[in-house]
Amino acid sequence: MKTFNSSLFILIFIGCFANAQETELSESMMRGSEIYADFCVTCHLEEGEGITNTFPPLAKSDYLAQNRQESIRGVKYGQQGEMVVNGVTYNNIMTPMGLDDEEIADVMNYIMNSWGNTSEKIVTVKEVEAITK
Amino acid sequence: MRNSVLTIALAAITLSYSCAQDPENKVDTIENPPYSAQLIIDELQTPWGMVFLSENELLITEKSGELVHFKNGKKISVKNVPEVYNRGQGGLLDIELHPDYENTGWVYISYASEEGKEKGGHTALIRCKLDNNSLTNIELLYKASPNTTKGQHFGSRIEFDNEGYLYLSIGERGARDENPQDITRDGGKIYRFYDDGRIPEDNPFVGKEGAKTAIYSFGHRNPQGLAKHPDTGEIWDNEHGPKGGDEINIIKAGANYGWPLVTYGVNYSGTSITDKTEMEGMTQPIHYWVPSIAPSGMAFVTTDNYKGWKGSILVGSLKFQYMERLEMDGTKVVKREKLLTDLGRVRDIKEGPDGLIYVAVEGKGIYKLVPKN
Repeated sequence: MKTFNSSLFILIFIGCFANAQETELSESMMRGSEIYADFCVTCHLEEGEGITNTFPPLAKSDYLAQNRQESIRGVKYGQQGEMVVNGVTYNNIMTPMGLDDEEIADVMNYIMNSWGNTSEKIVTVKEVEAITK
Repeated sequence: MRNSVLTIALAAITLSYSCAQDPENKVDTIENPPYSAQLIIDELQTPWGMVFLSENELLITEKSGELVHFKNGKKISVKNVPEVYNRGQGGLLDIELHPDYENTGWVYISYASEEGKEKGGHTALIRCKLDNNSLTNIELLYKASPNTTKGQHFGSRIEFDNEGYLYLSIGERGARDENPQDITRDGGKIYRFYDDGRIPEDNPFVGKEGAKTAIYSFGHRNPQGLAKHPDTGEIWDNEHGPKGGDEINIIKAGANYGWPLVTYGVNYSGTSITDKTEMEGMTQPIHYWVPSIAPSGMAFVTTDNYKGWKGSILVGSLKFQYMERLEMDGTKVVKREKLLTDLGRVRDIKEGPDGLIYVAVEGKGIYKLVPKN
């Protein structure tokens, strides 16, 4: 009985923890969606579809899925030059947006979990802080 | 019966009015443009505005906050530039010279500024002098308020008319339901000043209680092109609309251009903002773009250097990365041409003192269009 009780306790504990993390993610995504509408949507468009050959897509983007650090760095410091996204070569410029680290984490969580994208690990402010030029 | 005839006649009139422009207007790509594009200043990130001090000498604003002085083929960074709020679309923005620059030495600069109590920024206008590669005699002529951390719609272009009045455009700062239709608030407006920043006594809202009296016209979204018509002397603008609602307008005293109550565009998500494209008391654009091209920069061609171009308007497209030539018949666009494709985001366009066209492209630099014979 005692074992059962403690297992139950552990299960509830894990459940709560997972739940809390989910809430954290959805709250971050909610804030991120506002940042997206403010700073990103004019080029990357509403569904993250971008414009082929001009502005790379974020939706189902292999680059985004495989280059987490580089993507955060791009948003934080801006990005310029050639990159290949979903088989298409882009050579353009994204100027730094002037977002703070929390805003960057939020918008990353939004784009990494929208339009068919999924990410297992939430982007934290700490993670953004640690990324340097 | 009589009524129904009247109704049909009225409907026909209304219809012909609202169909003054084809809903989807066509842009042509041409094979042999009358120029070759030569990159004369390279390695610029976001050259937002530029102005000629003389034939081979320019001042160029970089959105990041750097003011570049190009002289004798070299780029020098100008000192003592005000600190800018470099966020989203904000930063160091437009630059213009006093119409009598030779005698007065005044340079006018617009930028996103954090000055003020609230967090964030809003568009500011200064005038200053360039002395020994440094800005001196800086005078703040206008600072829009309140600040906001929103990243979009600062405007802002500067232009003088033939009487020496100074015009400044300021976008609605992402607050479309608060700012553009309210003349007691900044944003979504075109402003008019004397050259020293004083407000002209005959500005349309002088004497109106609570009004920001520098306002000349309102109901704008985000005008990033402002140019004086070479023949009529009128100030024309181009502005970013929502999706499918970019416009060219002729700026009139006290006029309301309708944003967001009337627009040809829809939200970026495709949902409707309003089903109204016109309303009594609201001034119609002379042209709107479907789809949106995201216009920035605006210049009238006044020379014969490029065959068939005289009288045309040149506009940059940020979205599709080209320069558009709009051939005009008075105030009607009769033809659109796609030029300078695939170079990058075209931010600003000027006709130089030599009568040639200069184009600022993001991530590249300044191109000179050398005419082909």
